[in-house]
Amino acid sequence: MKLGIYPGCSLTGSARDYNESVFAIAKACDIQLEQVPDWNCCGATAAHNMNKELSLSLPARILAQAEKAGLTDIVIPCAACYSRLMVTQHELNNDPVLKNRISEIIEMDFKGTTNILNVVQMIDLYVSPVLKEKIVKNFSHKVACYYGCLMVRPYKVLQYDQHEDPQGMDNVIRLLGGTAIDWGYKVECCGAGLTMSKTEIVGMLSGKIVKDAARRGAQAIVVACPMCHSNLDMRRPAINEYIGEKMDIPVIYITQAIGLALGIDEKTLGLQRHFVPVKMAEYIPPVPESKKQKAKEPTNTI
Amino acid sequence: MSRIGVFVCHCGENISATVDVAKVAEEASKLPGVVHSVDYKYMCSDPGQTLVKEAIKEHNLTGVVVAACSPRMHEPTFRKACAQAGLNPYLSEMANVREHCSWVHEKSEQTTQKAFDVVRTMVSKASNNAALEPIKVPVTKRALVVGGGVAGIQAALDIANTGHKVILVERSPSIGGLMAQLSETFPTLDCSQCILTPRMVEVAQHPNITLYTHSEVESVDGFIGNFHVKIRKKARSLDEDLCTGCGLCTTKCPQKKIPSEFEQLLGTRPAIYTPFPQAVPNKPVIDRDNCTFYKTGKCKICEIVCPTKAIRFDQEDTILEVEIGAIVLATGFDVKHSDFFPEYGKGKYKDVIDGLQFERLASASGPTQGMIRRPSDGQIPKKIVFIACAGSRDPAKGIEYCSKICCMYTAKHAMLYKHKVHDGEAHVFYMDIRAGGKMYEEFVRRAIVEDHVNYTRGRVSTIYELDGKLIVKGADTLLGAQSVEIEADMVVLATAGVASEGSEDLAQKMHVSYDQHKFFAEAHPKLKPVETNTGGIFLAGACQTTRDIPDSVAMASGAAVKVAALFSSDLLTREPIVARVNRIPGPSHSTCVGCFLCQPVCPYQAIEREDIKDRAGNIIKSLARINEGLCQGCGTCVALCRSKSIDLLGYTDNQMHGEVLSVLEEAFV
Amino acid sequence: MSSASNHEIHVDNSLSGLILKHTEVPVQKCYQCGKCSAGCPVVSEMDYPPSLILRMLQTGLPEMEEKVLRSYSIWLCLSCEQCISRCPMEIDIPKMMDYLRQVSYKKKMVNPRAKNIVRFHKAFLDSIRTTGRLSEFGLTVDYKLRSLKMMQDLTLVPSMISRGKLGFIPEMIKGTKEMAKIFAKTTGLKSEEEK
Repeated sequence: MKLGIYPGCSLTGSARDYNESVFAIAKACDIQLEQVPDWNCCGATAAHNMNKELSLSLPARILAQAEKAGLTDIVIPCAACYSRLMVTQHELNNDPVLKNRISEIIEMDFKGTTNILNVVQMIDLYVSPVLKEKIVKNFSHKVACYYGCLMVRPYKVLQYDQHEDPQGMDNVIRLLGGTAIDWGYKVECCGAGLTMSKTEIVGMLSGKIVKDAARRGAQAIVVACPMCHSNLDMRRPAINEYIGEKMDIPVIYITQAIGLALGIDEKTLGLQRHFVPVKMAEYIPPVPESKKQKAKEPTNTI
Repeated sequence: MSRIGVFVCHCGENISATVDVAKVAEEASKLPGVVHSVDYKYMCSDPGQTLVKEAIKEHNLTGVVVAACSPRMHEPTFRKACAQAGLNPYLSEMANVREHCSWVHEKSEQTTQKAFDVVRTMVSKASNNAALEPIKVPVTKRALVVGGGVAGIQAALDIANTGHKVILVERSPSIGGLMAQLSETFPTLDCSQCILTPRMVEVAQHPNITLYTHSEVESVDGFIGNFHVKIRKKARSLDEDLCTGCGLCTTKCPQKKIPSEFEQLLGTRPAIYTPFPQAVPNKPVIDRDNCTFYKTGKCKICEIVCPTKAIRFDQEDTILEVEIGAIVLATGFDVKHSDFFPEYGKGKYKDVIDGLQFERLASASGPTQGMIRRPSDGQIPKKIVFIACAGSRDPAKGIEYCSKICCMYTAKHAMLYKHKVHDGEAHVFYMDIRAGGKMYEEFVRRAIVEDHVNYTRGRVSTIYELDGKLIVKGADTLLGAQSVEIEADMVVLATAGVASEGSEDLAQKMHVSYDQHKFFAEAHPKLKPVETNTGGIFLAGACQTTRDIPDSVAMASGAAVKVAALFSSDLLTREPIVARVNRIPGPSHSTCVGCFLCQPVCPYQAIEREDIKDRAGNIIKSLARINEGLCQGCGTCVALCRSKSIDLLGYTDNQMHGEVLSVLEEAFV
Repeated sequence: MSSASNHEIHVDNSLSGLILKHTEVPVQKCYQCGKCSAGCPVVSEMDYPPSLILRMLQTGLPEMEEKVLRSYSIWLCLSCEQCISRCPMEIDIPKMMDYLRQVSYKKKMVNPRAKNIVRFHKAFLDSIRTTGRLSEFGLTVDYKLRSLKMMQDLTLVPSMISRGKLGFIPEMIKGTKEMAKIFAKTTGLKSEEEK
């Protein structure tokens, strides 16, 4: 099973652990990941804030490279890059004049035919079906799945999962034998690109997320975006300052959670690279009352 | 010899601003067959019509062409004028030089030329017109009212009080509709059921009304004054004549915990049930999907305890066929129940409910005996947030219209809550307040000023649950869109008013138009609110668009008067624009060959077989024959007939041919 | 009553007219419900909440337009897309914000409080223009030089290195010439080599 991959700049640097875990579980599930040749930076937030055509040209070049290499399906682990490439492809496919202009700028033929997947979609398609036979140890932990913004919005373009209460990662956790909680900050922004220029705002936004997850008893926050991970993990000092106490709840990638269940060792998954140490006790959920009795309660769910 | 009179209207400035009407009249006077041609400012006015009448007498006209607006506007006007002057009305034609000419072009020579072309064409047709006599059909003086809510009840009572018979069909086991589910009504805070139930009883006891509940309309055929309706009486599983309504069976039924539709799923009912204590008729119904006997073959407790042995498990649906003269649709509306605001968590969080569910909580006969309690734990909420416009005025959610009643009922809900929980806090998030009825604005002010309901202008972005409370995040736009966060015990959403379930199917059965939101379409939004484009079918209440009780009742009375007008004569006059299969002397009898290809294409099932017999009674030929009572003059059979044996009176092949040739005249010149 | 319709095309040079022209976002559609502001994560830090920005644009008044372009709000906006996902009129506020930022920058009207945010973006773009991929080390150094925030995040450096997360040598793609061309055609900026 061969799949193209667009790692994006952070996966080769500060999100090295994410990269390692993605490749580790791909290997375990017989997925061959081939990098988009000579891929460039997608421009992230900076490009679309400063210049529209630049913000479309950079992703267009990446997609044109993928098309040229015959990579019809590519997975993009970074949610921000995923969002940029999806939005670019959508906008250019719906505006032939703009498409021509951008093709001129990048001096490449851009067709807009690539099937772009985020990491959870890749897991749903190629990992979850084989999980049952490959699980070595249940991921028995109670976690809060955090989706952030760009994996689910703008929902008209991405058309991925429910945008208010997504269940993609939650379902994977349940498949791994874990408990995924319902909580209030599933899709609230972590502070994104302001991490360097307005660190205290990241402290506030990511702090609210960490606080809500922790007070509901989550043992870890599971993410699928290196920016969110960095804000929740590396910026823990700013978070602690906002909340006013030291928060120990670790942040792991969904791919690392899967890797742990598959029995891959922590070093290969890059867990030691986190700022907040990843230490989680085992969690056995209590048997719910409704399963003990057979009586049916009326609900107001219509 | 044709003697046509042409009358060109200015229509104020509507036509004369872009068309040189004097020139058109002048040119028209030169047309062959035209003996009189004038222009006038307002042809449809009294003096305008008088011009026509006098001209008919003075010039012995054999035909009239009025060049003005669309015939949809004034064809009847001028036809009537001709009839009054002694000219057969079907010799009058209208040339549409407004909607088809002056209103769609700029002022120019070509526009005037086009107007003249249109007039010339209609002169050509008029000179080929034949006199026609209207067709008279009998009227069945029995009305059908579909829907037993307050509008249906009012319409049924009004029609019955004019002395005519009414059949009222209601699909749920009892009449009463949405109004029976309300606790109190705005702006008077009258107990809803208290004011409704006397009317419901009146319906049940009225000698002119036949009530069929737990019944639906199966099919409708025919036309105005002559509908053939099939009603499906769904099986109640009991003999209604024997049942006394004692209710013993409902107390003994072992299946007690079925979610009750009447209680909006906040309460339960047994499998054999009446929806509410004041139900009319007060006879229960067995819910076969949930009854133990129908599912497993065991139980039958109700049969055993019934003192009059009224239970009939093997009862089947029956189909009644009735003859009806007029139909009133009063099927009402519903509030949207589904979770189409995922950011508010309805369906996920038990304590986020909609307005109708709140009505049941507030209702004295409701699941909580009139105390406002949280569905999750039964506690009395100390803080309730009411969210207005939860679905209405929202193009992103597909409902761009305003539901009209929610501002009022939200204020009412907040007031009821404050009256029941004196130390409770009520917060309303709104965008605008629409309180345009009598005493309505005063009612909302009362909620804010006397009952201290907190009104915040702004919407809520999201709601999530934390430690049993609902965190509501909204904004106060009057304070510069400042964030407002409230920890509420309960949230009530004023969801959009939508068309009642099954509206689309019913409209198709009735051949009645409806809009993209499945509300039934009125014949004219300003001037014909209770009529539809289908003759003989009228609208009452919220099935046309969401409305409150006083408007629904008023509209129902309006529909009733239309029905009474229809029934005021024994014979109904129909337009003679019908198709006719030709008949010639034997042995051919007709150019029709009896292929009957016309029969299946007729949308009104108006084509019959006529057998031509010889003296001995043997059939020599079978020919098609149009039932002029059913024919609507659509012309489909005329176009289809391969032997050109059918012609449409009023739009004959000859007349149409004349029109077409006239249009092409310019091309030949 | 004249029936002739008015075919004159109305030319709108106000900022909201330009927004409509360049982004197809119809500012007039907003009916000020406030849902965007209610859900915006950084609204507490903004000088004008998003719904207020829309109202200011709706007025068409030059002093309001200037306030918008000089506002802190437009730079603070995270492009999290929460507003458009909830807006009943489906107004693409993030797209509008992108356009306002570009205009604000071009007209040199950037709010003083937002200067560091712009410096960060510029440092980011400079890094990728040269090498094609972001050098996080290069970005940090460049940002510190522009913002003069020398001491910030210094403590992070050793821990980043020990975790193998900080690469000193930037990765270069093969298509650096193509990158330079893309930048030149879109921003008009020349790369270091071309200068």
